[in-house]
Amino acid sequence: MSLKALHIVFITSSILLALFFGGWSVNHYFHGGTPVDLLFAGGSFLSAFVMMAYTRVILRKLKDISYL
Amino acid sequence: MDIPYTSKPRPDTGLYNAKVGIWLFLASEVMLFGALFSSYILLRIGADKWPSGLLNIPIGTFNTAVLITSSVTVVMAWASLKMNNFPKFKLYMGITILCALAFLGIKSIEYKDKFTHYQVWLKDGTTQTGHIEGNPYFLNHNKLDARKLDHIMFRSDGGHVVAAAEHGGNAKGGHAAAVKIERKDIQRLSAYVPAHSTYFAIYFTLTALHALHVVGGSLVLAFFWGPGSKMWKTDPERFTNRIEVGGLFWHFVDLVWIFLFPVLYLL
Repeated sequence: MSLKALHIVFITSSILLALFFGGWSVNHYFHGGTPVDLLFAGGSFLSAFVMMAYTRVILRKLKDISYL
Repeated sequence: MDIPYTSKPRPDTGLYNAKVGIWLFLASEVMLFGALFSSYILLRIGADKWPSGLLNIPIGTFNTAVLITSSVTVVMAWASLKMNNFPKFKLYMGITILCALAFLGIKSIEYKDKFTHYQVWLKDGTTQTGHIEGNPYFLNHNKLDARKLDHIMFRSDGGHVVAAAEHGGNAKGGHAAAVKIERKDIQRLSAYVPAHSTYFAIYFTLTALHALHVVGGSLVLAFFWGPGSKMWKTDPERFTNRIEVGGLFWHFVDLVWIFLFPVLYLL
């Protein structure tokens, strides 16, 4: 498995973490949290979106490199 | 005599040797961290009560972002070499190393905060968390006796101001004023260190082992960025492969953190 393949695995994990953290922050806000939690939630969802866009860009950039 | 298959793939594996080597090493690392994660799960499900809210989530989140950024830049560094752009490699690898140092710096601040944060168990059955005046490191009830200290001045955390007030303190804006606690009233005193509880024992084991991997990885990447980069002039393909191998290790270290962060900070 090349660095390209592991990087895709890593970014996918990071996107899942960002979505989870966003959901966790929203849940925390509705269970006695502060507006800062909403800020974290917004930041996390935005990060997930940015990383999805980044994945498209990096796949295009590394299209000639093998996954092996 | 040249070492074979440093840049060209071996016919039987289809990979250059260093890549096979790093994946064998990473497999052993998966077993190491896997065992520790399993220990964490068993300790947690076996505990009557598991603490929460003891770690600083904004700091942990920031450190997660730092590590994700470093993974992006290490791939950019490798891709730059693939495109024969050495100056860009130097730039991206330099940023990766800076991210590693930032992660370690932030982690050490987090550790320092834990080493000066205390829990005191009183003989009346109550407990308080907070800071001791002067912010001493690693103090405990045995050291109080060894130093012949007959009291501590204790500043309770916001969530424990009522308990502090009961001991003669004044609650002000979520933080209690320092109160005097006599040694004879103290059952146990501990900083947030591994000896404090199972929670901090596994927290420090996991995060310190991870931090050691960050130190090791950043040293190797710094070598490739500095003196090791001379190889680019003599054997660029082999150097590019070295960066890929270093990047694979770095991704593993970052992937461990991607699991550590939610497990330790959020759940």
